[in-house]
Amino acid sequence: MRFAPHTDDDVARMLEAIGLPSVDRLFEQIPEAVRLRGELDLPEGVSEMEILADLKALAARNRSTEDLVCFAGGGAYDHYVPAVVWALAGRSEFYTSYTPYQPELSQGVLQALFEYQSMICDLTGLEVSNASLYDGATALAEAVNLARSTPGRDRVLVSAGVDPRYVETLETYGRGAGYRPETFAVADGRGGEPDVGDDVACVIVQHPNAYGLLEPARELFGIAQDGGARTIQVFDPLSLGVLAPPRDLRTDIAVAEGQVLGNHLNHGGPYLGVIATRLDDVRRLPGRIVGETLDVDGRTGYVLTLQAREQHIRREKATSNICTNQTLMAIAATVYLGWLGPEGLEELGRQCASKAAYAAERLTEVSGVELLFGDAPFFKEFPLRLPRPAADARDALIERGFLPGIALPDADGHALLVAVTERRTREEIDGLAMALKEVLA
Amino acid sequence: MSDERAGAPTGRVGAPVRTQGPDRDSATLKDRSRPGRRSYSLPPLDVPEASVPAEHARAQRAGLPEVAERDLVTHYTRLSQRNYGVDTGFYPLGSCSMKYNPKVAENAAQLAGFQRAHPNQPDHTVQGSLELLWRLERALCEVTGMSRATLQPPAGACGELTGLLIMRAHHERQGRQRRRVAIPDSSHGTNPASVRLAGFEAMKVPSDARGLVDVGALEKLVGEDVVGLMLTNPNTLGLFEEEIQRITEVVHEIGGLVYYDGANLNAILGRCRPGDMGFDIVHINTHKTFATPHGGGGPGAGPVGVTEELVPYLPVPRVERADDGTFRLESVAPDSIGRMHGFLGNFGVLVRAYAYVFLHGRDGLKEVAERAVLNANYLAERVKDAFPLEHPDGRPMHEFVATARRLKEETGIRAMDVAKRVIDLGYHPSTVYFPLVVEEAMMVEPTETETMESLDAFAEALLRAHRDAHEDPELLHEAPVTTPVRRLDEARAARRLTLRW
Repeated sequence: MRFAPHTDDDVARMLEAIGLPSVDRLFEQIPEAVRLRGELDLPEGVSEMEILADLKALAARNRSTEDLVCFAGGGAYDHYVPAVVWALAGRSEFYTSYTPYQPELSQGVLQALFEYQSMICDLTGLEVSNASLYDGATALAEAVNLARSTPGRDRVLVSAGVDPRYVETLETYGRGAGYRPETFAVADGRGGEPDVGDDVACVIVQHPNAYGLLEPARELFGIAQDGGARTIQVFDPLSLGVLAPPRDLRTDIAVAEGQVLGNHLNHGGPYLGVIATRLDDVRRLPGRIVGETLDVDGRTGYVLTLQAREQHIRREKATSNICTNQTLMAIAATVYLGWLGPEGLEELGRQCASKAAYAAERLTEVSGVELLFGDAPFFKEFPLRLPRPAADARDALIERGFLPGIALPDADGHALLVAVTERRTREEIDGLAMALKEVLA
Repeated sequence: MSDERAGAPTGRVGAPVRTQGPDRDSATLKDRSRPGRRSYSLPPLDVPEASVPAEHARAQRAGLPEVAERDLVTHYTRLSQRNYGVDTGFYPLGSCSMKYNPKVAENAAQLAGFQRAHPNQPDHTVQGSLELLWRLERALCEVTGMSRATLQPPAGACGELTGLLIMRAHHERQGRQRRRVAIPDSSHGTNPASVRLAGFEAMKVPSDARGLVDVGALEKLVGEDVVGLMLTNPNTLGLFEEEIQRITEVVHEIGGLVYYDGANLNAILGRCRPGDMGFDIVHINTHKTFATPHGGGGPGAGPVGVTEELVPYLPVPRVERADDGTFRLESVAPDSIGRMHGFLGNFGVLVRAYAYVFLHGRDGLKEVAERAVLNANYLAERVKDAFPLEHPDGRPMHEFVATARRLKEETGIRAMDVAKRVIDLGYHPSTVYFPLVVEEAMMVEPTETETMESLDAFAEALLRAHRDAHEDPELLHEAPVTTPVRRLDEARAARRLTLRW
């Protein structure tokens, strides 16, 4: 299947207009020595039906949350994606356009991004949001770059309760930026205190943390700020219907994985990097920012603003190298938050918290199963200690139609991290408890 | 101003953005909000209610809009109608390869086995995804002449950083402390920005009179402190670097590495490969070369391929195939630079790229490059009298850089005015003012998916704008007049920051 529309006659007429006898002549400036001899070692092209059959066969070799009852989380969650989200975000005027360099032709994307920024501020209580970063992990790396702006304050302290994949991402980005993230321990899954010297740039706490547990974030950030460090919170946007927003926790910079906001699981991406911060940071914030303004007739409109921060203007002095971002995912998040509204956000949080609490109760009724960290409070995710290796139990439960969670290395590999979203029913939770009992018997 | 005055064509390819009804209504979703109105529906809670501890609880509801689903649909449908995409019409935005995005690729990415797969599922339950990534990696390596690739970087700029961190790891492994990365003066802004994020310094390489890398100057510039060189080929002026072998040789002689910025890969598919030119590291923009939709600004994907020697440094996890034909994610690689993304990168985008690569196959991909180059040369020929090429002696490949310098001298009309007039004539304009080294630059990339008729019509629009500049310049100063808003005050936006409702 090909999409170039040229007929042989078109090609002939165009070559004639250019004054060349053949298409090959268009490529004659490529030196002989580097030209590809022969053909690429790829199959012949196929029709639309054939490629779809090939891809369907591959997709059919995956299990997914379509056929497994999903209790897996760990940074990506099986929340319900309402029909309206992709009916709108999937409109091709949005998804086939690009960065709004010509604002008069791009008011749709620009206004949607302005609304996205507004809703992220509504959620977090912080003053500014950008128009998206790649994902939660890379948003954290950008937040650290933003926070490391005071000379002499270079160190980056990370709670051991932060998702290990985020810490690994920081380690990679830190190789270039010149820092190594230093982990401070947590006791019983949460609450370890950072030792904040005057060389510390920032303290990172995830709340709810990577075990799903609620951190004493306000106290930890108090310690950090008293030591002169910036505070970075990794948060769950869908926890904010019931949990206090970052602004109330002394958070300076809040970052999140925005997948939960109307984006499908997509086997890990495309997701959405959320970042929000204080107004003081706006001129150093990475990525696109949309601002409201007026046109020559005094009509309200939107443009990309503060572009002097960005790579296409400032080159090596830019605050980040990001160019292509995750705009479409941000538009989906905007529609989704519009669908939820304040009441839906609260109800969804209440349902997640209630169903997780119920699941923890039912699962710990199974003989030998207990909460890994006792009665530590959690939101929608919690770690269990199983009487057998968690990976084995997980695989046995997959055979029974459940994706029961994530096997963690903790407790000698006996820890299972279980997430419960609003999609899980009482019947499914009871079913998981029953199946767990069977596989542990 | 009337449509007649605007000279807007009707019923032609690339009709301007228009909406019926009150399209001047700029209300936000918040403006449509009324207390108590709602869209969401959830089943009743079927377990005992539990709440979070009081010290963690939110005191007040978040201030989100309250709207009915009907409002939501009307609002964002209207916004979509105030936006111009590839599906709306011709979109010759230079350097961005705004080609047609096949619909079948969308269907493929929405298959439940892909769309609803959780990234933390164990490998044995996602063999289909892993095999897809494995096959795509092989195909991308074949197209670029590399040994292995990572599909993790979610965009080209992230691919650049990945490549530079690989360079850093390689030099550190050799016990070398190097600091400077050579970049042509016409490069994309992401190149120097990525260099700095990788902890290096950018060093500018001048172009010669032909618009190509000044090889003599490069030879003098590079020394023992040079990490490597970043280059697009064809370069940002749309010209093929004919001395590419000598260029890569010069860098290799001092122990440096050469990085291929894949922004312009569309021009050479099946004709030549970065690996055969001597490049060591290549990134690919799937949203350019392989037609994955640009998403209004993203998501894209920026896979990075490397030569055999650099494979140990590739990010983890990597997809590996065992002897029994099963696939697994491998995270143990002691020399790896680590992780560039929280999970596997923009998987859904990679599914679309896979569909595009294998729909075309070896013959189709070669045709993509041929038609892209043919279209660019044809269009350049049609408009050159009004907007001459910056480097008329070089043959452009998939895009060309023309200049409005002469028009500006004659009439005071600038490239931006031409762009705005082109909007009124029904098209998305080309990139303007890039590359920065060209005065009044107009960078035009028609891509392979446009018909000769649409190229002719766009050429007519450019020529008409040129004529108007001489005969009725107000049309260009006033433009655009057919859009939901007219020229916007960017200075005001930056001065009186309004970044939220």
